[in-house]
Amino acid sequence: MQISLGPVPYYWPQEQLLAFYDDVADSPVDIVYLGEVVCAKRRSLTHEQWLNLGRRLRAAGKSVVFSSLALLEAGSELGQLKRIAANGEFPIEANDVAAVQLARGVPFIAGASLNIYNSRTLEVFAAQGMTRWVPPTELGRSALKALQTTRPNAVQTEVPVWGRMPLAWSARCYTARHHDLPKDSCEFRCLEHPDGLRLKTREDHDFLCLNGTQVQSWQRLNLLDRLPEISDLGVDVVRFSADHPAVLDLVTLTRQALDGNKASGLTMRLDAVPDSNSECCGYWLDQPGMTGQIAPS
Amino acid sequence: MNAMELVCPAGNLQGLKTAIDSGADAVYFGFRDATNARHFAGLNFSTENAAEGIDYAHNRGKRVFLAINTYPQPHNWSAWQNAVDQAADLGVDVLIVADTGVLDYACERWPDLALHLSVQASATSAEAIAFYHERFGIRRAVLPRVLSLSQVQRVCADSPVEIEVFGFGSLCVMVEGRCLLSSHVTGKSPNSFGACSPGEFVRWTETPAGLESRLNGVLIDRYGPREHSGYPTICKGRYHVAGQTTYAMEQPVSLNSLPLLPELMRAGVAALKVEGRQRSPAYVRRVTRVLRSAIDACASDPKTFTPNDTWMSELAGLSEGSQTTLGAFSRYWQ
Repeated sequence: MQISLGPVPYYWPQEQLLAFYDDVADSPVDIVYLGEVVCAKRRSLTHEQWLNLGRRLRAAGKSVVFSSLALLEAGSELGQLKRIAANGEFPIEANDVAAVQLARGVPFIAGASLNIYNSRTLEVFAAQGMTRWVPPTELGRSALKALQTTRPNAVQTEVPVWGRMPLAWSARCYTARHHDLPKDSCEFRCLEHPDGLRLKTREDHDFLCLNGTQVQSWQRLNLLDRLPEISDLGVDVVRFSADHPAVLDLVTLTRQALDGNKASGLTMRLDAVPDSNSECCGYWLDQPGMTGQIAPS
Repeated sequence: MNAMELVCPAGNLQGLKTAIDSGADAVYFGFRDATNARHFAGLNFSTENAAEGIDYAHNRGKRVFLAINTYPQPHNWSAWQNAVDQAADLGVDVLIVADTGVLDYACERWPDLALHLSVQASATSAEAIAFYHERFGIRRAVLPRVLSLSQVQRVCADSPVEIEVFGFGSLCVMVEGRCLLSSHVTGKSPNSFGACSPGEFVRWTETPAGLESRLNGVLIDRYGPREHSGYPTICKGRYHVAGQTTYAMEQPVSLNSLPLLPELMRAGVAALKVEGRQRSPAYVRRVTRVLRSAIDACASDPKTFTPNDTWMSELAGLSEGSQTTLGAFSRYWQ
């Protein structure tokens, strides 16, 4: 199986972003997804700088994909999508149907928010040029197993195995709301929250992560102890979310384990990652996504 | 100016008749299973009820839409396919569909059956709508409640098909079709199960700290003695965020777009949808009457139209938390 690294979901300043991708270039990651997927106002890098970064990573042997915004509202966001779709060098990850429409036959990877829940949908997108797909975040292993048996030829499957799960998107910016600012003059406060903004229940259980207009699970998905099972389903790529710089250490350990053909799964947690003792894996087991974490009364 | 079509919810046969009698131009309903996005106990239609409801509406010159707007998985695909076939047999005027595979099936098997793109398909741009139009011949798209008024105007201008927007009802704060908050906590999502915060996971408890509402054990809110309690949807709960205890996402509130009717009509919006198949026939009657009056008044004289106080207070009284908002239509709300 190949290892991919999803886009950085938070607003990291340019220096941090470039330093992170320097490390990515030296890591055993096979596929790198670049670009902004949450908020078009976040501009640590210009379009041209993103493309240059993509070229640098490609020169380092990485396969590079440009991800599109998951929620498109403003005309300027569609303009940005059109530029990404027409980049002419790199395939795109379509996180909205508009990206599929604009790709017009150019090969694309279907992101989780395209909602591919059944074989017929898989076939429709394959006919549009989809080369790889990521199942919806809530899709469990039993549905994936069934879909793997009917998936169209030459379509690869990529399964997220580590990181905070995207749960919702809104027109409203929750980070700006927290700072009592209107979205249109948000002062780029997301820069103050490079690990998102933690939302706890009134009993102080960690629950969700507010990330601008996106809501994520606070607990990170961790399926690393299930890699053999995932591999047995014929999954081609496992994806790590780039939501913490220490993710690259996990990637390295995972690569070593996969190359060593370890028969038993990995149990990998990192002290460097906050709250690594409370992770979740419920969706994979056909249970609530949070299963394996919060211990509600 | 053309009046917008008023599309009202029918949670059961009585609700359907009430909506028609109160001035709806069209009603929408679902079958009694997970194929629609209001899969609640005691709601929705058997085939017999559906046939009677369709006759009732058609005899009065009104249209009937059937919502098959959730996402089937391999183990239950056939139920969605059967629902589409049943709808065609029943002679509904329109199918409201979200899933790409279901759209593909309906378009191929029943090419004459009109398709509307459900709000659950999350299409927020003319480009996304064009995808579904070119491949499945959809005739209308229902816009998610995430666009500002100017963004709605732009989609209307560029869309290859007519546009329907939400006029009144409970407010989804997140883009529809991509919200997994309920799924994360209960395992049942609007997408796959057809319900947000299903009743079987809701628990109310009186405690010394106040009345608590929980969803599958997770505390969504806690109410003081004089506070009005709301149904525990995750996006409308109170939480701790960096030292604040607050409605971090949204408070209990309903969408009311009445003040924007002239702008929506001028933008070319074809239809106004009322949310609430889970509501009582009495609720549907009151909301439908207000919206009928407002749409007619606006169509006859959009320049001088203002929503009158009686309508606004009637709708506020029927709202979550007795409050209404323009939601994402207003940049300020965002």
